[in-house]
Amino acid sequence: MRKKYNKNFLVGLYRTMMRIRICEESLVEPILRGEVKCPCHLYSGEEAIATGVCAALDESDYIFGSHRSHGHYLAKGGSMPELIAEIYGKETGCSKGRGGSMHLIAPEKGMLGAVPIVGGTISIALGAALASKIRKQKRVTVSFFGDGTTGEGVLYESLNFASLKKLPIIFACENNLYSTHLPIRECRLQNNIFKTGVPFGIPGDRVDGNNVLKVYESTKAAVEICKKGNGPVFIEFLTYRLRGHVGPDDNIHGMRTDIRPKEEIERWQKKDPIKRYERFLFKNKILVKQEVEMIRKEVEQEVNNSFAFALSSSYPKEMELTKYVFKE
Amino acid sequence: MSLKNRKLQYSLAINEAIHQMMEIDESVFLIGQGVKSPWYVGNTARGLLERFGDERVIDTPVSENAITGAAVGAAIAGMRPIVVHPRMDFMMYAMDPIINESANWHYMFGGNSTVPVVIWSIINRGGEQAAQHSQSLHTLCAHIPGLKVVMPATPYDVKGLMIAAIKDDNPVIYIDDRWLYNLEGDVPEEIYSVPIGKGIICKKGKDITLVSVSYMAIEAIKAAEYLKKEGIDVEVIDLRSVKPIDKELLFESVKKTGRLIIADCGWKTCGFAAEISAMVCENIFEYLKSPIARITLPDTPAPASFALEKVYYPKSDNIIAKIQEVLKWETK
Ligand SMILES: Cc1ncc(C[n+]2csc(CCOP(=O)(O)OP(=O)(O)O)c2C)c(N)n1
Repeated sequence: MRKKYNKNFLVGLYRTMMRIRICEESLVEPILRGEVKCPCHLYSGEEAIATGVCAALDESDYIFGSHRSHGHYLAKGGSMPELIAEIYGKETGCSKGRGGSMHLIAPEKGMLGAVPIVGGTISIALGAALASKIRKQKRVTVSFFGDGTTGEGVLYESLNFASLKKLPIIFACENNLYSTHLPIRECRLQNNIFKTGVPFGIPGDRVDGNNVLKVYESTKAAVEICKKGNGPVFIEFLTYRLRGHVGPDDNIHGMRTDIRPKEEIERWQKKDPIKRYERFLFKNKILVKQEVEMIRKEVEQEVNNSFAFALSSSYPKEMELTKYVFKE
Repeated sequence: MSLKNRKLQYSLAINEAIHQMMEIDESVFLIGQGVKSPWYVGNTARGLLERFGDERVIDTPVSENAITGAAVGAAIAGMRPIVVHPRMDFMMYAMDPIINESANWHYMFGGNSTVPVVIWSIINRGGEQAAQHSQSLHTLCAHIPGLKVVMPATPYDVKGLMIAAIKDDNPVIYIDDRWLYNLEGDVPEEIYSVPIGKGIICKKGKDITLVSVSYMAIEAIKAAEYLKKEGIDVEVIDLRSVKPIDKELLFESVKKTGRLIIADCGWKTCGFAAEISAMVCENIFEYLKSPIARITLPDTPAPASFALEKVYYPKSDNIIAKIQEVLKWETK
């Protein structure tokens, strides 16, 4: 590993994961205080996926996301101040305060949109891949969705069409074992999401989604397949959300009771993708403790600045309620 | 048997209706996302799983199209399913089984088959949830021949309409509003129906007819109470059903007051309020003393930001201002 990658690249992955984690965790208090009101589906614990996938993409490649897309947005290069401002409903947010946490976009970075209709962006990603194909652009599209999304028919329609037209699209399923309150075993009989594309002639891979280098490598390979015109590819990333479905914990009607078994959460806390990667970096003498501290400080500064930006920004003007309904 | 003045919350009144109907009719079952978790549906599903088991209270994967289709199919096969969509927006995946299949079924097979399904969806507005978690799409449903659409505003109606919807042999779109879930009101304990297609006069008045549905009925009553102090006597109608519309009640009231204002929780263009307005103009135009007015959402997707939500959702203040404007019209 150490030899395959240069230090900048490896540290870059670490920094991206830290940016996502610290940014997400900094929302916990404002959510609990009621200062952040829009529903926030935190990405803590799943950072290695967005980070590894987006590291394998060029800026011109596209991604689409879901309700849990803060991490996708940041990893693809979306602006953190604009993310926080959006979550606070400010005019300076990436969606001008019209969308909130569940509607993120950074078109200039290839992040073409995240929406909370489960499965809603899969066929949209399909269309972006189709556009690249028609225009003969060497561009890959990644569709991020969760394990729960495999219940939606649109996934299968999209797989068939993508396969039929050999579209350069990567179906990236983040299997965090839950669909809101339902554990995966209550959503599907067999735990074989990675085989989802097989009936359509799409090869599938199952990857440890808490290992950022494994995520990167599997995506890199998928990108190559797509760029050679041999797409689509389906990848299942195994992971776990360390926070609740929405908000910091699985808080149901004011009862701060997590629906998930405590031992299960603790088991996954031990597999924390950031701590794991940190150990790897130390072991391979890529970073020392002080450097890690420095990165943390820098990221904390960036997060603080982002909050300062958001808090000092204005709300959208009431008279502009109907702005953006149509492109004028 | 009914205890006088028994108060029940809106959400618990729905729950009671389902409990009672499942108790007396084995063909009734509940299916949809979250029915075994209090997560989405407030108290509405409380105790059902424990009482009736997971064969009749079925929590499902996120598969709106298949699950709604399954409910429609089960209804065709003789069951009386209630399929729930915790947010109306999610129901959009199920438009084929609802619109193409269930609505047309009885007609296109010449009356040889019926679809006694209740398609229950919840409007979850506000809370900075933005465009895809807030839509009130009753007009869309009401446009389709073969669908009945109800939108109860009170705990009494929510129970009575759920029971009527379950008993009805047609697909009924049952739409409730999360903003009403904690509302308390009188609810008899026994099984009773509120007839689909019948509205109610919430407050009698002679100066202007104020027609509303769902949550807007609550704002309408507030507006009427305020205006009473100003000496304006508003008649408030809660139509309760968006389809069929209680024409008689509507026409009688407008004939009496000569003025009409409609407070709807949907959008303006081609909306429910437009339909009410057209019905009155077509049928009893000669009774109108001033133009009809509409209070609706602006033709804009729901914004996330609290700053915009504030002005997006109409309230009693907007109704009051509009009524005052309408009443000034003659003297202009
Ligand atoms: C069409 C639709 N149905 C239901 C929902 C409610 N919902 C929001 S997130 C979610 C679970 C999705 O699970 P998964 O795809 O595994 O993503 P995760 O939350 O685990 O990241 C559900 C059911 C929705 N947003 N859209």
